[in-house]
Amino acid sequence: MSSARATSPSIRQRLVLQLVVVAALLSGLLYLSVRTVADAAVETTQDSILGAATTTIADELRGGEDGIEVDIPYTAFSMLGAIGQDRVFYRIMVGNQTVTGYDDLPAPDGTASGLEPRYYSRPFRDVDLRIAAVSRTVLVQGRAVEAVIIVGQTRQGQAAIVANMANRAAALGLGFFVVATLLSILTAGTVLRPINRLAEAVGRRGPQDLRPIHRDAPRELAPFVTALNGFITRLGGALSRTETFIAEAAHHIRTPLATVRAQAEIALRQTNDDATRTALRSVVRAVDASARSAGQLLDHATVVYRTDQRTDERLDLGALTRDIARAFEPTADLREIVIALDVPVDPVQVTGDRLLLESALRNLVDNAIKYADPETQVDIALKLGDGRAEILVCDRGRGLSGVQAQALTKRFQRGENVGDVVGSGLGLTIVNEVAQAAGGSFDIVNRKGGGACATLQLPLS
Amino acid sequence: MRFLLVEDNTDLAQSVQTRLSMDGHGVDWAPTLQSAEDHLGSATYDLILLDIMLPDGDGRDFLAAHRRAKRDTPVIVMTARSAVTDRVALLDSGADDYVTKPFDFAELEARVRAVLRRRSGVAQTTRSYADLVFDPLSATVVVNGDARELRNRELRLFEVLLSAPDRIFSKAQLCDRLFSYAETVTDNAIEVYVGRLRRKLDGSRARIETVRGVGYRLTQT
Repeated sequence: MSSARATSPSIRQRLVLQLVVVAALLSGLLYLSVRTVADAAVETTQDSILGAATTTIADELRGGEDGIEVDIPYTAFSMLGAIGQDRVFYRIMVGNQTVTGYDDLPAPDGTASGLEPRYYSRPFRDVDLRIAAVSRTVLVQGRAVEAVIIVGQTRQGQAAIVANMANRAAALGLGFFVVATLLSILTAGTVLRPINRLAEAVGRRGPQDLRPIHRDAPRELAPFVTALNGFITRLGGALSRTETFIAEAAHHIRTPLATVRAQAEIALRQTNDDATRTALRSVVRAVDASARSAGQLLDHATVVYRTDQRTDERLDLGALTRDIARAFEPTADLREIVIALDVPVDPVQVTGDRLLLESALRNLVDNAIKYADPETQVDIALKLGDGRAEILVCDRGRGLSGVQAQALTKRFQRGENVGDVVGSGLGLTIVNEVAQAAGGSFDIVNRKGGGACATLQLPLS
Repeated sequence: MRFLLVEDNTDLAQSVQTRLSMDGHGVDWAPTLQSAEDHLGSATYDLILLDIMLPDGDGRDFLAAHRRAKRDTPVIVMTARSAVTDRVALLDSGADDYVTKPFDFAELEARVRAVLRRRSGVAQTTRSYADLVFDPLSATVVVNGDARELRNRELRLFEVLLSAPDRIFSKAQLCDRLFSYAETVTDNAIEVYVGRLRRKLDGSRARIETVRGVGYRLTQT
């Protein structure tokens, strides 16, 4: 029976959640660092190319008698053209005079520092430019003149590369996150497996299994296992004391009852006085009633207990039915009732608790014999169909007198026409509870031509 | 038949002894397992009636030892516990059958009969009266070589009458033997069974005589 219990958040959930949060942080960090490194790398690469182009132009600068002569080399721009659709601007200055190129291309702050390029970013005509500047001294008319070479380039190509890199970094981060999450779940499972195994090992146990747990448990679980074993030992002790107590109590109550019954029978045999005989008969009936109630209460308690803690096994319902029917033959014979069995020869496999099923069958057969008219036949049939086995126990007797099965399966509820038949009102309750526990159903109806027909349906295994 | 009753409660043992001897059985009483061993060593019994809780041990251990020693005297256990939990264990440990205390003697007798019938090799228990032979185990009377089967109540009625031929049994006495004490029956119900038994005895010199206002008795002509 699964009962709803308030539970604190599961260790597994907490573990997975924490690991996932860590994984998310690490993924973010990974993304950022990849992006930063990529940005820096792309910028450095671009700058070097820009610088190289600028230096190449500077190399071609010649001084002369007429002024500065420059032959802009094609290679300088083809180097830059390697990246995307970027536009390139240049300007060569001497002093504050623009010799050639765009005269509004921003000049470096202060002076250029020789052939080592200076890099800076500036807005220029609605676009952002990355600019490299070098300076070179050339001789013009025998005079040393400081020439500044400025080359600017738009940054679309670089932005495209960076965006591409960023996408890859994001994909990498996401991939890392997914893998880390999967690993977290796996890890949580692995870490918790010993606990689950232990729980399974304990949960799988039958109701009679009170041996201590010897399963290998991780060191962290050892105190738990030790405490559990201590508890099992105490429980075993308490149960065995209770069982012994119940057995002894039953013995001490039923033995004197047996004496009373035997003595009453002896007295009945020895007296002819009608009043005494009537009195003795009621003694016998009272003894039977109390013994029966006590027995049925114990059986009912057993059934309730085992419904929670049953040990299911595969068993042959046919053999069980034959067995029970045979056990009841002498009882039936006393009332000259014949038990007619219609049970298939081949095994009828069902999965269930032997004790529960047996107790249900006993009650059905016992009821049929009790309420049948003397010298009649009780029919017990086992039928198969539709994934279910159906046991029919039918008698010829007083029947149910309009009482519904539902009412009869209530505790201590007996029919209106039970008359002088001794009973406890628990028999059909037990049958119904067993049927429910086994995933089957129980019904009892009036039989055509008199009597009752009880049907116990059980799922086949 | 001869029974060995293993039961530590003196009151119960004595009443069982008395009750069974009323039906013509011999009963030896052993209050302990040790005493039961002694009895079994010195006499043979048709059946052992065994209690489970005895002062010097568990009846089931005795039963297991009894079966290991390959002694085949049938055993009916008298258990005080719930029938459901004990049944399988009892039958597994070698009991032929069991009754739950407090038990109905008629049912005990029916179970004894069933156990003995299942067991082959039990000594012949037939009895002769006049020109008929009666076998209570197989529930037959043979009249002039013609075997007739008796139904349960006819059998019990015949057993009672045959236990004391010529003695008059009252209707009440016969009712006690044929019906459960828990059942309410009128004394007249007995007439049906007397009628049936008479038909089964047809052709024999034995006959059931009605003693008007008193009861019935078995006589021969």
